Amino acid sequence: MNTYPNPFSEAISYQRMEQYDQEHLESLSNISPMTRTQQPIVTGTSVLAVKYKDGIMMTTDCLASYGSLARFKNIERMIKVGNSTIIGASGDMSDFQYITYLMDKLMTKEYNANNGQPLAPENIYEYLSQVMYQRRNKFDPLWNALVVGGYQDGKSFLGYVNLRGTTYQSDTIATGYGAYIAQPLLRNAVEKKNGELFTEEEAKKLLDDCMRVLFYRDARSLNKLQRATVTAAGVTISEPYSLETEWGFAEHIRGYGA
Amino acid sequence: MFRNQYDSDITIWSPQGRIHQIEYAMEAVKQGSAAVGLRSNDYVVILGLKRSSDELAAYQKKLIRIDDHMGIAIAGLTSDARVLSNFMRNECMKSKFNFNRPLPVEDVVTSLSEKSQVNTQQYGKRPYGVGLLIAGYDKTGPHLYEYSPSGNCYDYIAMSIGSRSQSARTYFEKFYKTFAEASLDDLIKHGLRALRDTVQQDKELTIHNCSLGIVGKDKKFVIIEEEDLKPYLEMIEEDAPAATTEAATENAADEAQPMDTDTPGNGNAMDTE
Amino acid sequence: MISEPIPTAQPARQMANRFDPYEDNGGTTMALAGEDFCIVAADTRQSDGYHINCRYAPKAHQLSDKTVIGTSGFYADGICLVKRIKQRMEWYYHQHDKVMSTPALAQLLSVMLYQKRFFPYYCFTILGGLDEEGKGCVFDYDSVGNVERVKYQAEGSGKELLQPFLDSQIGLKNRATDDVLDLTEEKAIKIVKDAFSSVTERDIHTGDCVEIYIIRKDGIECEKYPLKRD
Repeated sequence: MNTYPNPFSEAISYQRMEQYDQEHLESLSNISPMTRTQQPIVTGTSVLAVKYKDGIMMTTDCLASYGSLARFKNIERMIKVGNSTIIGASGDMSDFQYITYLMDKLMTKEYNANNGQPLAPENIYEYLSQVMYQRRNKFDPLWNALVVGGYQDGKSFLGYVNLRGTTYQSDTIATGYGAYIAQPLLRNAVEKKNGELFTEEEAKKLLDDCMRVLFYRDARSLNKLQRATVTAAGVTISEPYSLETEWGFAEHIRGYGA
Repeated sequence: MFRNQYDSDITIWSPQGRIHQIEYAMEAVKQGSAAVGLRSNDYVVILGLKRSSDELAAYQKKLIRIDDHMGIAIAGLTSDARVLSNFMRNECMKSKFNFNRPLPVEDVVTSLSEKSQVNTQQYGKRPYGVGLLIAGYDKTGPHLYEYSPSGNCYDYIAMSIGSRSQSARTYFEKFYKTFAEASLDDLIKHGLRALRDTVQQDKELTIHNCSLGIVGKDKKFVIIEEEDLKPYLEMIEEDAPAATTEAATENAADEAQPMDTDTPGNGNAMDTE
Repeated sequence: MISEPIPTAQPARQMANRFDPYEDNGGTTMALAGEDFCIVAADTRQSDGYHINCRYAPKAHQLSDKTVIGTSGFYADGICLVKRIKQRMEWYYHQHDKVMSTPALAQLLSVMLYQKRFFPYYCFTILGGLDEEGKGCVFDYDSVGNVERVKYQAEGSGKELLQPFLDSQIGLKNRATDDVLDLTEEKAIKIVKDAFSSVTERDIHTGDCVEIYIIRKDGIECEKYPLKRD
């Protein structure tokens, strides 16, 4: 075997590469490239949720924005999964509606299995986080931050998962702008209770107060919200409602072009 | 060469509405040594009678662990059982990975049935030649299932499969009403006695030819064999050599039963345990 | 001389739009090997930039009666890695009827990390436990599977702060005094607690609580020690 380097090898391989590139480009021109979500398009803003005495309480507003445009103003961003779980979503709404489809599929499968052991909130949460993580592994993420709340066998569950599959469980969860604005308020309220849980009224007021602040400060929010609870009695998602707001102080604000 | 003209393939019906190939596969189960299982309100116990082909050979495994909450006892083709147990282990692991929960026993039994059914309907395939007793414990309590090559699965309080297993069933029929409230030790005793009834007359139950599997409330699946089995065998030593005569007659009836004329020859190529 | 602006090779816009699959959730882990014991410790804070996601998201996981693993970095990758190791251990148990030893796990872990060499698990892993002779052992990894058996090691967001401290207190390195160290279990636990308290003061990604796993031949104990939550 000839072990000497071929002085022309570089030239030859270069020529071959050119030829290959040409053919390759031609073949590519007929196919549209595979696409993946690179950014969210129609988006929902914060989701807030807390644990309270009877289970889980969660709120979202009803807006789906298209950039800075308030595009859809009657969107549900929370879904019921089974009889003891709820999922709230911020981020891309089409991805969330796909997740809704996945959850429906999962529940149909469970109904058919009929094994007397329905998936508990933590099981649904695990499944969802696997879906999210596996999609990020394919570089094709579902562009959401999701909150899973549930109540089963006397235990509350509250967990978070995002587009990269990062997960955590906590007594209070806030996504999006809420992570900046509402989370400190929520944690403060929890710590003031010194280990005791909120009553239903306290939880309602706390979340409403947080949503009000968010409505004042988050330009992608809407004063039309829904509140959901998961308790021993099951899942309820309220009709949309509004909060009382006070804009009188705006009169005195100077600067910002006013 | 063939017993009749309707048994040449799995996709062939006989005019009597039977599929002979499936029934032959069920015969393979009967050639394996016996396995028994029984359950109380809190526990499931499975036992297997191990055979060794030769004095110089080791005893063949009869019990296989599937997961912390599940195990099986096998009768029939060991290699087929290994395929099925790996499948079941995989199913259990998938459930842990995707849902973070132990797989409900019913679910694994269902998927096992579905997998086996395919082999009873498609041209060129062969049914698994092994029967299983599946012991599991989940949120809905202890379960004992019998699986057979036809893909059928049944839920039992107590069941036995394999050769001479009829006598174990006869034993169970006598005592099953007490099983629900029985303590774990009593359950094991019943299991050992039932298994003892399946032993050939010139042999006896020893720590070497018996294995015991337990799963239940706050108890992960364990296999107890050899020296660890001693205290359990001692528990049934005191009782009089059970109704051995009765068992013998049963077994005689059992062995005359094979549905077709041909008795399994000694030169059988397949190793069944 | 006035220099021309250096032209950039690629417009940066394309890159900025690209999905970044990684996140840094911070956290500090450490392990140290004693003669007949081993300690693995990890704080429980999960952060995302300046956010504290959660004050209790465990980063140390018990794999067997002899081994504990600690991961920091990208939380989702860490969790996935641990789950996969547990699966491999389960198959090992099925096939060999025994629990995987710490050195065997150490090798497996290296292989598993290297298998994702071109899309790595973004985690900084430490494996601690007892080896087949019952001696304490610590294995330290980078994110693509380089492994080294060491006496003690710090990893994660606080490792630059922690490692010199351990070098001084456990390794007895760079010291003017020449006192001999008798690394008893009690002393080791105290050092771990002090180490984490100090790191918490200076590293914003570390805090809330530290879980200290003490691995002895007769079992594993987990002690939770509170840290500052600020």
